[in-house]
Amino acid sequence: MAKNVKAIVLRTAGTNCDQETAFALKDSGAQVDVVHIGQVFSREKKLKDYHILAIPGGFSYGDDIAAGRILANELRLKLGKDLKKFIDDGKLIIGICNGFQILVKAGLLPGVNGKTKSSSVQQATLMTNDSAKFEDRWTHLKVSGDCIWTKDIGTMVYFPVAHGEGKFICKNKNIAKSIVDNRQIVFRYCTQDGNDPVYPENPNGSKDHIAGITDTTGRILGLMPHPERHYSFTQHPFWTRLSKKGRYGDGAKVFQNGVNYVKENLL
Amino acid sequence: MIWRVEIKDKESVFDAAGESILKDIEDLGIRSVENVNVEQIFLINSQASAAQIQKICKQLLVDPIVQDYTCSQKAAPTRVKSKNIKVIEIAYNPGVMDPVEESTLKGIRDLGIANVTSVRTAKKYLLHGKPTPKELNIIVSRVLSNKLIQHVVQPDAKKAKKVSSSKKKEKVQVHLVELLSASDRELIRLSGEGQLFLNFNEMKAIQKHFTKLGRNPTDCELETIAQTWSEHCNHKTFRGNIEYVTEEKGKTKTQHIKNLLKTTIVKATEEINAPWCVSVFHDNSGVIKFDNEDNICFKVETHNHPSALEPFGGANTGIGGVIRDALGTGLGAKPIANTDVFCFAPPHLSFKDLPEGTLHPKRVMKGVVNGVRDYGNKMGIPTVNGAIIFDKGFVGNPLVYCGTVGIMPKDKVKKKANKGDLIVALGGRTGRDGIHGATFSSGELTEESETVSSGAVQIGNPIQEKKVLDVILQARDAGLYTSITDCGAGGFSSAAGEMGAEIGCRVYLEKTPVKYDGLSYEEIWISESQERMVVSVPKKNLKKLLAIFENENVEATVIGEFTSTKRLELFYKDVQVCDLEMAFLHDGVPKITKKAHWSVAKEKPLTLACPKSLTDRLKSTLSHYNVCSKENVIRRYDHEVQGSSVVKPLVGPSCDGPSDASVIKPKFNSKKGVAISNGINIRFGMIDPYWMAASCIDEAIRQIISVGGKLNHIAILDNFCWGNPDKPDRLGSLVRCAQGCYDTAVGFKTPFISGKDSFYNEYAEKGRTHSIPGTILISAFGVVDDIKKCVTMDFKQEGNLIYVIGETFDELGGSVYLDVLGKLGSQVPKVDIKKAMKKFSALEGAIAKKIVKSSHDCSEGGLAVAVAEMAFGGGLGAAVSLKKVPFIGKKRNDKILFSESNSRFIVEVEPANQKKFEQALKGVCFSVIGRVKPEKELTVYGLDEKLCIKESIQSLKESWKQTLRW
Repeated sequence: MAKNVKAIVLRTAGTNCDQETAFALKDSGAQVDVVHIGQVFSREKKLKDYHILAIPGGFSYGDDIAAGRILANELRLKLGKDLKKFIDDGKLIIGICNGFQILVKAGLLPGVNGKTKSSSVQQATLMTNDSAKFEDRWTHLKVSGDCIWTKDIGTMVYFPVAHGEGKFICKNKNIAKSIVDNRQIVFRYCTQDGNDPVYPENPNGSKDHIAGITDTTGRILGLMPHPERHYSFTQHPFWTRLSKKGRYGDGAKVFQNGVNYVKENLL
Repeated sequence: MIWRVEIKDKESVFDAAGESILKDIEDLGIRSVENVNVEQIFLINSQASAAQIQKICKQLLVDPIVQDYTCSQKAAPTRVKSKNIKVIEIAYNPGVMDPVEESTLKGIRDLGIANVTSVRTAKKYLLHGKPTPKELNIIVSRVLSNKLIQHVVQPDAKKAKKVSSSKKKEKVQVHLVELLSASDRELIRLSGEGQLFLNFNEMKAIQKHFTKLGRNPTDCELETIAQTWSEHCNHKTFRGNIEYVTEEKGKTKTQHIKNLLKTTIVKATEEINAPWCVSVFHDNSGVIKFDNEDNICFKVETHNHPSALEPFGGANTGIGGVIRDALGTGLGAKPIANTDVFCFAPPHLSFKDLPEGTLHPKRVMKGVVNGVRDYGNKMGIPTVNGAIIFDKGFVGNPLVYCGTVGIMPKDKVKKKANKGDLIVALGGRTGRDGIHGATFSSGELTEESETVSSGAVQIGNPIQEKKVLDVILQARDAGLYTSITDCGAGGFSSAAGEMGAEIGCRVYLEKTPVKYDGLSYEEIWISESQERMVVSVPKKNLKKLLAIFENENVEATVIGEFTSTKRLELFYKDVQVCDLEMAFLHDGVPKITKKAHWSVAKEKPLTLACPKSLTDRLKSTLSHYNVCSKENVIRRYDHEVQGSSVVKPLVGPSCDGPSDASVIKPKFNSKKGVAISNGINIRFGMIDPYWMAASCIDEAIRQIISVGGKLNHIAILDNFCWGNPDKPDRLGSLVRCAQGCYDTAVGFKTPFISGKDSFYNEYAEKGRTHSIPGTILISAFGVVDDIKKCVTMDFKQEGNLIYVIGETFDELGGSVYLDVLGKLGSQVPKVDIKKAMKKFSALEGAIAKKIVKSSHDCSEGGLAVAVAEMAFGGGLGAAVSLKKVPFIGKKRNDKILFSESNSRFIVEVEPANQKKFEQALKGVCFSVIGRVKPEKELTVYGLDEKLCIKESIQSLKESWKQTLRW
């Protein structure tokens, strides 16, 4: 394999955060292909040629039936084996917003009994916000868990959410407990001071205020907030009043971590 | 066989959708419903086995974590015989777009199940409680459904009627319209019956043309002419002749205007002759230069009438249509921002005050916002700027303006279809959507055989359009087509007709992909089905083009070719159904002369006492519908997708301060930005439309200046929404407004690059017709050189100086302050353009020097509202002295605080930069009026140096926020 970090940003009908996600990965040092899922099915592009798979935000197939459902089925049924191999090879996956919904509904997150299986069944879901509304707002997030994507990112970050179906619920108490025990909860909504939130700090009513989780390997990250929308400093909602100026926003570290992990471990 | 799948949330799951419907029901004053549950219904028409249906449910339709389902072999719902629960099932009428059906079919195919022929959806509402039958009817018609697109499904109905789908194989019959022998009266009748909306002179001109040809027109020819000559496509009022009579102080003056558009809007642009104007007025949107590689374009459309009937669908297809305008500009622009401006009647209006047949303004507003939300968000285009104006005059005719900004490489501006190029239709299929008077039924799965007029309302399919966008940009960059346009009003008729206007074209209508069988040739030609575009493709590129589209499942079909005959020739199964000269079609419309009248009213001094304390007046001004926070609407839109936002619509440490213009950075690797704003003020127009136009232009420009834009690189758009222009008073105010546009645009050197008009916004009540208040929306966009220098409106730091730039005049006319007191006033704000330009340039210079900490323009609510917003937007207090405010006229506290004089800003500057700032503002009227304070309250000292306003910023913010918190 080439010496470059290669990332594939997967898109299909209704994907709409592909360009900014590709930019974030590219700017972090990856070589990025934005690929339509049809090209993967036709084997024109192969998952195995990449180190990082990013499933960006949007409304895949209109989010008709339920957010992410149809693309999740496509991944599970048509690319199940390739995805299993991809994960077993120690590679990275990030699913943002609709991407997170897809990973959860395809059963890739949180993974079954502490293991990631590409053919696994759905163990959790992301459902309609308690407000029953799509909302775009910035959220404070408390960082925890063991995930390569959040290495040295600090204890709190500030990302925007923009979704109507982001309320995270586990199938049962056992799974809810296991993702805590396995340190799989990566982001929780919190107040500005890091305390337990109420609406709108928790914008959707997620149980345990969960905003993002990883699998047990720490290499698959799914989150509702958009780190790519806080990649640059001037995307911060009140950058004009911040004294510390710089090039990057809180989200840049996520993508840099992904690219650096590949450089250190997979090249 | 029909399988019925009913899906409901598990017991323990919070039913958010049900909760929100319960709130809507309570809003109607109905208290008898205690709880609402919503269930999703799928009706699957399939030969699949029970096991296969179970698989579809488990793997596709049902979320196993939070939902349960039942599955049965019947189409109709079961009657529920509980006293304490009412069950209502709502489904779309046959023929109404339901994107879920298409996606579900795809999902089923993905599961490897092939024998499903169709899917329909419905929603089941379980109302717990004991609503009376009357209440139930109200709930069904006002909350749960709109009978234009939906119906209640009756329980236990008999099996669905089998609708014959056999193709009609009869011979093609060309319908001729008997025109040659028609009397004058018959001509008028023909126009009325055919819903052609052509007047007598126009019918006469058509008759004359066909008499010369010695034959009658076909129905298709007549429809094509009617569409091309319609007010919508031809702008007859703006392009026609007007006899304009003005009355001032008893003197009458008559002016003969030839083509109002050319002598005002277009003339302004020609005179300004800005070097960065790339393409103005003739394309689907106006194009200006962005940087050395790219141009940006902007178009704002109205979709008023459809939104009045079906708010969601109307706004939905409105935004869908204007996005296609960007896509159809030049060889295609990538949409980078949407804007939306709405005018509604006040949402608190009681039902008994509604004219018959109109929807309640709250429902209209919710539906419109949802429609824009659905389409804009799914297209992945940030909705970054807008406004919502409330006035009782919009009760029968809400206004819905939707705009799209696009970006395109500079070598993709020119387009020209050539002889021999193929006409390729792409995107959605053609159906009977948007055909006036067309009624049809195609009920496949339900017992419904109700015939409906699907013509008036449509629902969009944003994902279809997103797919079209994705492939078009690829084909554009590969240089595979020579011209493109969208199918908007008039469908293929206007799209192909326009593209071939210079050369001619030939279309084979039977080649068009249709949604269902049975469409006539005429219906295909004039259908306004959504999500369709037309491109002209050189034969050698066809294969490549089709391959790109096929890769992403976008249908593209050759339906004809461009010729050199200068004729519009249509065929249906080898029979010619239309043969028109392009010249007659596009230039044959007879010019009409309309009468316009305007009398200049005298200014009357205001008789109104000024109370000592103005705190309550400030709070009620902040709570006014036209001033209050629109946060709840703004957050429904994704304003950050594409990762481009720099100055968001909401700013400040709590992300809730109202920004002036929004700024986006459309290119990842460039520091250049685009600032987008709008100006709208109907109350000024009620006094004098001339000054409404001037004020709106001033407002749109000053908002862009306020965030860091450049005065010499701002372009504007005009959108006129008026009543019936055949009435002299309506037309008189329109002329007056257009003249204001001309004078102000030329003065500021800000060219118009595109525009739109919507007339006949009137409704009848008790035998009288009421017009909306004549409304102009000015939309503006400008280039920002370095986004890092952008400024927001929130106060930044205690101790900083607060400046006002610009004089305040005795101009309470049309102000929100007076509206709160139930008055209009007459002293409308004017614009002194020369002075204004100096102020704008000076502030632009100061911002470029990075010595402005915050800046906010004074608009609705005047200086008082501007300072209050900056304070609570920044979470800081302020102390201001009215004695320091430059004021022309007899000073009074309320006039200083609430006059909405134009060209003013409130600016925050660090004390250390005082000298530099004042140097930058040399020659301009300005004054230090106070300081930013650490105490979180606003204190205003009046002319007598005593406190006239003292209130915590928290309380002011609450006044401002509570109005639309629902």
